[in-house]
Amino acid sequence: MTVNLSKGQGISLQKADGGTLTAVRMGLGWQAAPRRGLFGSRTREIDLDASAVLFADKQPVDVAFFQQLVSKDGSVRHTGDNLVGGAGQGGDDEAILVDLQRVPVHVNNIVFTVNSFTGQTFAEVQNAFCRLVDETTGQELARYTLDGGGQYTAQIMAKVHRVGNGWQMTAIGTPANGRTFQDLLAEIQTVL
Amino acid sequence: MTAELVRGQNHPLSGTRLEIRVSAGQPVMAGVTLGNADGRVPGDEWVAHPASPKLPGLEVSRQAAAEHRLAVDLDALPETAHRVNVLLALPSGTGGPDRFGALAAPFLAVTGTDGTEMANYTVTGLDAESAVVALELYRRQGAWKVRAVGQGYAGGLTAMLHDQGLPRAAETAARIEEAIAQGVARAVAAPPAQVGGGAADGRTAVGAAGHDPVVPAAPAGGGAAAGDGGPAGSGGSVPEPGAASVGPVSYRHPGRRTSAPPEPAPAAPAAEPGQPYQPVAGDATGWTMNERLYNQVWGMFEDLARATAAYRSAVDFAESRLEQELDRVLSDPSTRVGPAADAARQEARARQAELVEQARAALDRDLDRLVVEAEVVEHALPPAFARWDNPVWQAYQVPLETPMALRLGDLHLPERRGLRIPMLVRLPLERGLWIDSGRSAGGADASLVDAAERRRLALDCAVSHAARLLAVHPVGDYSVHVIDPAGAAGTALAPLLEHGALKEPPMAGARGVSEVLGRLTQRVDLVQMAVRSGAVDSLPPDLDTAEQLLIVNDFPHGFDDRSVTQLRYLADEGPSVGVHLMMVADRDDARAYGPVLDPLWRSLLRVTPVPDDHLADPWVGHSWTYEPSLAPSGSDVLRQVLRRVGQARKAYGI
Repeated sequence: MTVNLSKGQGISLQKADGGTLTAVRMGLGWQAAPRRGLFGSRTREIDLDASAVLFADKQPVDVAFFQQLVSKDGSVRHTGDNLVGGAGQGGDDEAILVDLQRVPVHVNNIVFTVNSFTGQTFAEVQNAFCRLVDETTGQELARYTLDGGGQYTAQIMAKVHRVGNGWQMTAIGTPANGRTFQDLLAEIQTVL
Repeated sequence: MTAELVRGQNHPLSGTRLEIRVSAGQPVMAGVTLGNADGRVPGDEWVAHPASPKLPGLEVSRQAAAEHRLAVDLDALPETAHRVNVLLALPSGTGGPDRFGALAAPFLAVTGTDGTEMANYTVTGLDAESAVVALELYRRQGAWKVRAVGQGYAGGLTAMLHDQGLPRAAETAARIEEAIAQGVARAVAAPPAQVGGGAADGRTAVGAAGHDPVVPAAPAGGGAAAGDGGPAGSGGSVPEPGAASVGPVSYRHPGRRTSAPPEPAPAAPAAEPGQPYQPVAGDATGWTMNERLYNQVWGMFEDLARATAAYRSAVDFAESRLEQELDRVLSDPSTRVGPAADAARQEARARQAELVEQARAALDRDLDRLVVEAEVVEHALPPAFARWDNPVWQAYQVPLETPMALRLGDLHLPERRGLRIPMLVRLPLERGLWIDSGRSAGGADASLVDAAERRRLALDCAVSHAARLLAVHPVGDYSVHVIDPAGAAGTALAPLLEHGALKEPPMAGARGVSEVLGRLTQRVDLVQMAVRSGAVDSLPPDLDTAEQLLIVNDFPHGFDDRSVTQLRYLADEGPSVGVHLMMVADRDDARAYGPVLDPLWRSLLRVTPVPDDHLADPWVGHSWTYEPSLAPSGSDVLRQVLRRVGQARKAYGI
């Protein structure tokens, strides 16, 4: 019962039985587009990086990304940097685990971004997706496919934000340019 | 549904009229003590035993027997009774076994009056103990719960009752023994058929039937059954020599499991909605229980660090947001004064207070869970990880293997002073220890203690750490040397000297210093050379292969430049070849040496004799308050343990 999100669409992270989710995983997967050229066998690696930035009232307060795999309070964990992407298996190449119960009370937005660290634009990436999985059951809650390989090197994928006592996820899909999440902070402000 | 408890686990009780069934392979005494809110037994009238079997709400058997049924009515107990300890003890002087290791693991079941079983517990892992606190029933928030304790006492009934704070424990123990001796003629011996059945269902440890004179008719083949069942059922303890000689020789190391996968960790049952969180000791990964406990303690340490970091960052954020909002009110001249400004300020303050309150609630929720977990884990810790006041030290036995880690003290944060995390360091020590007897930089209590008192406390700490190191290593695997140039330590070292834990008295004077240092330096040189050239077997035969601990008191008194250089060499090179350093020193005493000693101090792990917040965690860098692990004042446990170490050394001829 995966929901395929379109840009700007939001889903509430309530469980079907009314309980709230406790732990979610944001998975990112991608594949390098087949290259045209003389030496087709030469590998061309694309290093995409997933990051999660924690905001309190529109101020960035903490982050989990490849240089700081665990946020300072331990609620958000990056499982490790993948430098080459998947070979098309469709699994997650990078994943960020969020322990929603443990997120500090002042954090009300968690924004997930994808950056191309090696500098290729998304025109050279195919089958890229990001999905949100209920970590306790392994069930996929929402999937968002990065469509239209444009001439940009980053994308703000989605945000998970507090609504009342629970959390809601909204697909954003805003393209941007930058090597790491720091380059995107101004862009992110506009979507909070 | 019956809960099969593991040591340290607790379980809620659904009723208050209970029956506790005890079965052991041999006649045992079953008794009950009541504890007050502090867990102490205030007097003889709070003990139900064969000589006085009835108390309000309690009844125990008048004699030792292999099977017991104890009736308990929790509602009828005195209001001031908060704990009910169920004890088992082996009668002495009846010719029966004098250690629980020699009979089947006792089995206890808590049932309702209609016979439905609520919880059961098999007391495994007992060895030389002759008395054991098997179960504890205790009040928790108005309801009663049962905890599997399984704490044995090698010192028998007297030691157990004394540990529970009973005044005149020895007299009570004597009266109990007398009552048992009178009743022993009527004792119910274990029926032979049941011994066989016990071995078959795997609950029985070393089947004592063939070896015990009290049981008249041992079944034929009982000895063989004991030999087969013994090593497997004894849970890693040393098999009784007699039993081992009967069965085939097992070549398996009793405590090591490397090929077979470890048994799964006792996972905490998923919390039922509405039920309080129930942690289990050893709920972590690892090959052995000790490794699991070690990992669990580190997990708790990390959780506490991170939960506190979340709380602190939320509070900081609330503060800074308040300031910004107040600034905004002030910066606009049109709204700076007047009711609108007041309202805006008030609103900003309310927002700050609300966020802080939320953060505190989240922190309290997390810390409450950790407190519950810490309580369960603390009960289940082995000696190397346990505090000195843990009853596990009462049943101390010289170990056969070096443990993986050692407790140096407790750590806590100001947010919850009562929540203490054991500070465990890996063995062998990677760095030397420096017990700072000098004035500390911070800490309110530190200034209250004068210099002489601090020095004395530092020495007590050193003795306590050294005693623990000696106690957790196998016999002869650890030797301690002391340098005390001016004899300043005086009587503080007495516990180490009394029972032969130190091979030679503390070395005094400049000559003593250079002699000890020379010897240890040579040892480091030799071992290093041998290891590097792969010629370990050509070491001189008189070389002591034990790990060495050098305690240096009163540094740099009696040290010349050459000795200081040797000491620095030992601090740097010693740990990798088993020579460790423990300095009891005040850095100010050595300031004449200038910065040349800074690398020495930096290379040592600094601990303090009084609580002091100078240790940082590896995740978020909070400063944690360290408190050394000392024997409770007036307790004899340190000497008791060292006496055992000394006895074991004599027995081994070391």
